[in-house]
Amino acid sequence: MDNLNNLMQGFEDVVAPMNLLLALIGVLVGTAVGVLPGIGPAMTVALLLPITYGMEPVQAFIMFAGIFYGGMYGGSTTSILLNTPGESSSVVTAIEGNKMAKAGRAAQALATAAIGSFVAGTIGTLLLVLVTPVVVDFAVSLGAPDYFALMLLSFIAVTSVLGASRIRGVISLLLGLTIGLVGIDTVSGQQRLTLGVPQLADGIDVVVVAVGIFAVGEALWVAAHLRRRPVEIIPVGRPWMGRKDWKRSWKPWLRGTAFGFPFGALPAGGAEIPTFLSYATEKRLTKHPEEFGKGAIEGVAGPEAANNASAAGTLVPMLAIGLPTNATAAVMLAAFQSYGIQPGPLLFEREASLVWVLIASLFIGNLMLLLLNLPLAPAWAKLLQIPRPYLYAGILFFASMGAYAVNAQPLDLFLLLTLGLLGFAMRRFGLPVLPLIIGAILGPRAELQGRRSLQLSGGELSGLIGGPVSYAVYAVIVVVLVWPLVRRFVVRPRTSPA
Amino acid sequence: MSSQVDERSVEDARPPQGKDRAQYGMCAFLVLVGIAVIVDGLGIPHITSSTDPVGPRAVPVILGALLLLVAVAYAVDVARGGHGEPEAGEDVDLSQGTDWRTVLLLIGAFVVNAVLIERLGWVISGALLFWGTAFALGNRHYVRNLLIAVTMSLTTFYAFAIGLGVNLPAGVLQGIL
Repeated sequence: MDNLNNLMQGFEDVVAPMNLLLALIGVLVGTAVGVLPGIGPAMTVALLLPITYGMEPVQAFIMFAGIFYGGMYGGSTTSILLNTPGESSSVVTAIEGNKMAKAGRAAQALATAAIGSFVAGTIGTLLLVLVTPVVVDFAVSLGAPDYFALMLLSFIAVTSVLGASRIRGVISLLLGLTIGLVGIDTVSGQQRLTLGVPQLADGIDVVVVAVGIFAVGEALWVAAHLRRRPVEIIPVGRPWMGRKDWKRSWKPWLRGTAFGFPFGALPAGGAEIPTFLSYATEKRLTKHPEEFGKGAIEGVAGPEAANNASAAGTLVPMLAIGLPTNATAAVMLAAFQSYGIQPGPLLFEREASLVWVLIASLFIGNLMLLLLNLPLAPAWAKLLQIPRPYLYAGILFFASMGAYAVNAQPLDLFLLLTLGLLGFAMRRFGLPVLPLIIGAILGPRAELQGRRSLQLSGGELSGLIGGPVSYAVYAVIVVVLVWPLVRRFVVRPRTSPA
Repeated sequence: MSSQVDERSVEDARPPQGKDRAQYGMCAFLVLVGIAVIVDGLGIPHITSSTDPVGPRAVPVILGALLLLVAVAYAVDVARGGHGEPEAGEDVDLSQGTDWRTVLLLIGAFVVNAVLIERLGWVISGALLFWGTAFALGNRHYVRNLLIAVTMSLTTFYAFAIGLGVNLPAGVLQGIL
């Protein structure tokens, strides 16, 4: 068990007092920011990324792991107490969770979410340890055409599978690819879309893109439609669960984990489908069907576990192939790149100690989260009452600080504002933001792999089709693309207009 | 943001399921971006070599063409009554029109920070940013907000710039902080 030894080494590195303190700060700050209404996990990670800039990679990733799980947990607290899912993955948690809170069972809803997240996060991280090396072995054999195909699949999946309208997903993706194009072409050294501005030669930093689209866009959008009335917050005591709640929760936790991890680990995964599947399953299996829709604890326990397990799952393709499948993983990939580290099959060879420290920190962060958040839940709930002008002023304040800190150039602040306005327009027109982020991050790498493939074939398009892996991936792409047409003509549509 | 004017009139008078014509503004934007990408792409010297038979021009040209194509498809979708749901949220009240005054004030505060950050330093420009955005969002506790703003910018400066080594300029307060 080589990996087990590596993991133990990772634990040894994390357990130094200074590192534990960093993990603790990460968990606390991550939860505090994640709890704020309208801020999902991806936005939390993007906003907090700059505070790790001055650190060594190992310390930065220890803190980052805490921020990652803290942001996730904070998001579920918000959806339970406020019915404001910060991200599409916590939508399902809000359905039953908010009903439970309104029925006076907020403490139990928070408890099952916290313990369920811990269970799912721990199992998910364990599976990550077991599965990632297998995926790495597989990924080592992949060539440029296979990577190109996988990235194409990511693009297609993120625009077609998720979201309501394909055309709007494609628009978002193309805008992201355009942003990714800015800068010096890595192969030929030619400047593209830089408009002669020297600072743009290095491209637009992904952190600026993510913070602009998520944070500034959100703040501007909410500011333009701010509801001028005090928010109703459900008062909450210390979370706890009775014996009956435990009995009703543990099976949904495990089932939710079983749904979440595989979907997260797929190159075209995400948390929407598994959380929804988990909800539907619990609804079917429950002994208390009358409670569903009125606040059933199974409906919180299952989807919340699925959400967390899926988050752990998304780290598999992110670390092993360098393929982010959701917004949080995309921002984490950007974090790796800002340290000059390229995720992918070679990561485990070149940066082995760093990866195992990250994984060990995930375990520790998860445990800290459980120990901290059960007693601290009432304090987090207070954060929900923060006056909205201060909340959004604070978001813009930290967004500006972070964007400036990336390169220490004021131009980034103007880019941030421009991207914020784009994010505003996208919210106005119902364009999904995830494809843009994925496009901006993966676009340049897809181009690189595509051009490498064609180099091998001397420019013939046949070079894009490599081994059996790319055949399989293209087959999946065809199925994904053709499926809606098939459904339209073969299965009679009921209500959905495309 | 050329569609601001008609966007508001459409929002105010939008029937429940009617066409959302402001979306044509987005189509126009996509066409502009598409043309810009193609023009820029064609301006790149066409360099190919045995190690790079494709060259730097191909992707921008293809991407620009796709942008134009999708702009047309989007326009067709809009003409057929397609519309995206504006993003909802607990703090979002979509029954009212867009509050452009707040948005413009926020942009103003943002630009002030971007212009002043290197000259005056983060502590001053960041405090102005927080104070200005809180004002834009309708908070009128001027003195209290100034205290909060200065506390926040000082705290972040000491914690991040001095404590964690994050890049934040000291500006005119160099040597004092």
